Amino acid sequence: MSEKTGTGDCTRRQFFMHVSIALGSIAAVLVGIPIVGSILAPIIKKPKPEWRVVGAVDSFKVGGGYVKVDYVNTSPLPWAGVTAQSAAWLRRESEDKFIAFSVNCAHLGCPVRWIEGAKLFMCPCHGGVYYEDGSVAAGPPPRGLYQYPVRVNNGKVELLASPIPITTV
Amino acid sequence: MNFLKRAWLWFDDRTGLSVAIGPIARHAVPPNTATWFYVFGSATLFTFMLQVATGVTLAFIYVPSSSEAYQSLQFITTQTTFGRIVRGMHNWGASAMILLVGIHMIQVYLTAAYKFPREMNWISGVVLLALTIVMGFTGQVVRWDQTAVWSTIVAAEQAGRVPLMGGWIADFILGGDTVGGTTLSRMFAYHVFLIPALLFVFIGFHLYLVIKNGISEFPRAGDPVDPANYREKYEAMVKQKGIPFWPDAAWKDMVFGFIVICTILVIAIVIGPPELGPPPNPSDIHALPVPDWYFVFYFAFLALMPPEIETYLMVFGPLLVGLLLFCLPFISNRGERSPLRRPWAVAIVALTIASISGLWAIGITSPWSPDFDAKPLTVEIIGADSGPLWRGGMDFNDKGCLYCHTISGQGGQRGPDLTYIGDRLNANELTWRIMNGGLNMPGFGGTLSNRELSDLVEFLASRKKK
Ligand code: FES
Repeated sequence: MSEKTGTGDCTRRQFFMHVSIALGSIAAVLVGIPIVGSILAPIIKKPKPEWRVVGAVDSFKVGGGYVKVDYVNTSPLPWAGVTAQSAAWLRRESEDKFIAFSVNCAHLGCPVRWIEGAKLFMCPCHGGVYYEDGSVAAGPPPRGLYQYPVRVNNGKVELLASPIPITTV
Repeated sequence: MNFLKRAWLWFDDRTGLSVAIGPIARHAVPPNTATWFYVFGSATLFTFMLQVATGVTLAFIYVPSSSEAYQSLQFITTQTTFGRIVRGMHNWGASAMILLVGIHMIQVYLTAAYKFPREMNWISGVVLLALTIVMGFTGQVVRWDQTAVWSTIVAAEQAGRVPLMGGWIADFILGGDTVGGTTLSRMFAYHVFLIPALLFVFIGFHLYLVIKNGISEFPRAGDPVDPANYREKYEAMVKQKGIPFWPDAAWKDMVFGFIVICTILVIAIVIGPPELGPPPNPSDIHALPVPDWYFVFYFAFLALMPPEIETYLMVFGPLLVGLLLFCLPFISNRGERSPLRRPWAVAIVALTIASISGLWAIGITSPWSPDFDAKPLTVEIIGADSGPLWRGGMDFNDKGCLYCHTISGQGGQRGPDLTYIGDRLNANELTWRIMNGGLNMPGFGGTLSNRELSDLVEFLASRKKK
């Protein structure tokens, strides 16, 4: 138990030091796993895409322009309120064929607007423009608009509610 | 009086506060630092304190819930006692803090105060700059209106361009794969817990370093920093000529800080907090998310960078700037400090300020955005009220041309001004251009009827200088 001399107490001291540091680190890691896991959960857990009714088939004119349809997004929480809303541009191509595009610009996600007279989608943010088939007409977007699956079910048009499309490299 | 004094003596005896703090407050500083040039760091600290006080006050009322935050902000602004002023101070305080951080940094860079032995002062400052910027962004998001929602999406999309991990970072920012109930709670946690905690730690560290290394003396040309003897020289100079920081130098900090805080208060009373936008409804697409003024230059940068390399600029640009700032003291930590002997430093600062102001000026008008509210051309401008000319003019209004092109002062600025296009292109060239587009213009070949096309061409060909 000598504190002054000898190699023995040096080892003893080192032992205490190492044990203290190790205990602290282990506790931090143990607590850290649930904490970091909880914070990172949104990037791991993916909600399943779900079909959402966006209107009766008859409410869309064949060959008309794009209509904005609103629907509830994939993971509505009770306290999401108005932020659970999503939108898409929908057009009835023929009797039973529909086409839908994300409202999010493929550049940086701003909401594109359908300009009926010009038959173009235009983005307010950095001037991205798309043709009516969703392909890029002008501006910075690196790719065309994202398409959403649509289906007709029991006289209703249904859209597969999907995540906000993120353009990655 | 006597009682108060006795109470203080008792308190001080038991706590030892005046012994602990007094010498630090009165530590000797170089006499040439007691000038008005040295007030910006402390003013930043004062605005930070204001942000803490007003922020905590707002948290008394604000509801960090995606569905209710907007109403609580309206409530704060219009119904609570002094709520409008507190929100205003928090907003303008943020502006002031960004501005002061910028000035403080430029000043430190120009006088090369980051050189030996103050490398860590600079690096902790760079961390504080980054934290302040994140506070600015998250602050705009917790002002949970339409712009906030779309700004979050734009931020997530930018992060999405990071190679390999982009999708994950984007989901991390959104708090899931869409905007929704989780988004605001997370942003709130960053803005009021996580980042402020880091700010407290790094501000403490930054101030500790200022005391530890001493306030950097105002540089003289021809007096280079040499790590071998700088500390001895500094200590000798301070011992010989130094003056106590408190109150000989600090009173100027107090005066300037007082002016800054009062200015923020006055602006908060007179102008008030920024108008809340429409509610945060992601299905409301009539949005143009322009950030607060201090990010407008970056907004312009995003719009103007060449699309082919934008991913690199967007991801590696900020990273590179951060890295350069971080490494600065390792690039040069010795030698001349005076801006007179460092023309490059002056040039870099001038260039940075010029490009930021340039981007800022363009960002304010955003000429790259189609102008959806452009006033339609009138009969007077068109020059006819029937016939092909008039029909062509109306097509120009209706087919979207007007959103991007100006004629006689009306219309958007995305494409060239077509007021005198008839002088530059003939009918064939006009037809070709309208049909095929090009040079960043969509082709209208598939959407215009023959008659519409010929009307439009006739109308445009008639746009000539008299
Ligand atoms: S987000 Fe649409 S052009 Fe940039």
